[in-house]
Amino acid sequence: MTNEALIAAITGIEAEANTLAGPQFVETTVPLAGFHAFMKKIKEDPALSFDYLICVTGVDRAETLQMVYHLESTTHKHLLVVKVHTADRTTPVVPSVADLWPTSEFHEREAYDLLGISFSNHPDLRRMFLDDNWGYPLRKDYKDDIHIVSR
Amino acid sequence: MDELKEVMITNDEIRTDEYLINMGPQHPSTHGVLRLLVQLEGEIVHNVQPHIGYIHSGIEKMAESLSYPQLGHLTDRMDYLSAIQNTEAVALCVENALQVEVPERVKYIRTIMAELSRLASHQLWWCVMGMDMGALTTFFYGLRDREDILDIFEETCGARLTLNYNIPGGVMFDIHPNFQRDVKAFIQKFKTKLPEYERLLSGNVIFTERTKGVAYLTKEDAIAWGVTGPTARASGFACDLRKHRPYSAYDKVQFKEILSDVGDTYTRYQVRMAEMWESISIIEQLIDNIPEGDHAVKMKGVVKLPEGEFYQRVETARGEFGVFIVSDGKKNPYRVKFRSPGFSNLFAINHIAKGWKIADLVAIMSTFDLVIPDIDR
Repeated sequence: MTNEALIAAITGIEAEANTLAGPQFVETTVPLAGFHAFMKKIKEDPALSFDYLICVTGVDRAETLQMVYHLESTTHKHLLVVKVHTADRTTPVVPSVADLWPTSEFHEREAYDLLGISFSNHPDLRRMFLDDNWGYPLRKDYKDDIHIVSR
Repeated sequence: MDELKEVMITNDEIRTDEYLINMGPQHPSTHGVLRLLVQLEGEIVHNVQPHIGYIHSGIEKMAESLSYPQLGHLTDRMDYLSAIQNTEAVALCVENALQVEVPERVKYIRTIMAELSRLASHQLWWCVMGMDMGALTTFFYGLRDREDILDIFEETCGARLTLNYNIPGGVMFDIHPNFQRDVKAFIQKFKTKLPEYERLLSGNVIFTERTKGVAYLTKEDAIAWGVTGPTARASGFACDLRKHRPYSAYDKVQFKEILSDVGDTYTRYQVRMAEMWESISIIEQLIDNIPEGDHAVKMKGVVKLPEGEFYQRVETARGEFGVFIVSDGKKNPYRVKFRSPGFSNLFAINHIAKGWKIADLVAIMSTFDLVIPDIDR
């Protein structure tokens, strides 16, 4: 599918999606409310069929916390980047997509561990690398006076 | 005799309570500090929960305070058997972001080095796989031949394991004058060793009994669980990025993507063995045709990426490795994410090992070829 057709298909699914063709991928930012329904559609729509979730990344964007999903369709070979933001920094919650792509269960656990983003309907949300009482090191306001020397 | 039969029949109906055992973090077959919490009923595996983080070193956090040329020096500590491919991914990502075109010579050298690295990695995997199955001889045979590759690396790259050879803009040093001669000599020698490997392990009855028809992974499950690399190709998931999204000099060589639709432990073994022949073929096609030219382009003293997001995928010996750089225009990245193949592969183990024996779990672990620093980062 060409970039234009992909953008048209995505806009057809989610009218509020902000989609543009980047230098590498087609990137779309979807509102948090319709996020899970959107992901379900792009996976199950036979024309899109994004069945392979490559990578899930959490990014601290200062005002918001962002989740970035890199997706590929193994049948059509096209790629898509889906982004979703949450403005709530104290109790951020993003719907889990572990029911659609089982691999995301563990990528989401990693994001929970390092950025403190919770995932609703996640089957097993626990810390992955760090202790339960550790902070969230990939947040930009993370402070560690012992291990991190700032000049 | 009849009494014995009676006992055996009743034994078949005996059910024991489920119990939990810890496999690791110092178990020899986990090849690093990985703990598997295994839920067992007798010998049957009911559930496997991997516990990771023993050697989490916060590489993604550290990367945020490093410059881009320094970034590669952390990636070779992650998957230390694919150091060349990991640093190549960072180099390619930075080059793409800056729109730097590297000389043809660099592309050829990178590809040859990556394939040598893949051979060394698969060799180590083969000898360790034999060792896990109780065949200690393979360990010595494999490590003996791996030395030859490491000697070649040492001569050109200056290191044997942590190869910071690929840097943004090219490679760190030009190839050693003996490089081509040594690689060709190694290939000639290794071509006689690979059939020896096959004779030693592939047909071994104990080995085949423990691996053939054991622990299937279907193509759909491989895709859903994000399994990549030879492990997924044994299930028929055509995920070889060298073929489907070629980078460096992979578009200039002819090679087969090894695929199978069986998906058991033995197929995962066979795919890696066949991939070694393909790596040899790639090196043979390139080694005499390395173009003349510079080994690197001159980069600015301070490398600054334009604002934006950049993603680069490469095929390591274990699967798809991804570098995701979020840049805010400064000299160090705003956020770096490493998509490591071992991370996604590891968590598919629970799905595969369910219902099989605990001894099969050791074989599954071997064919997944996990490197723990790659998972923990």
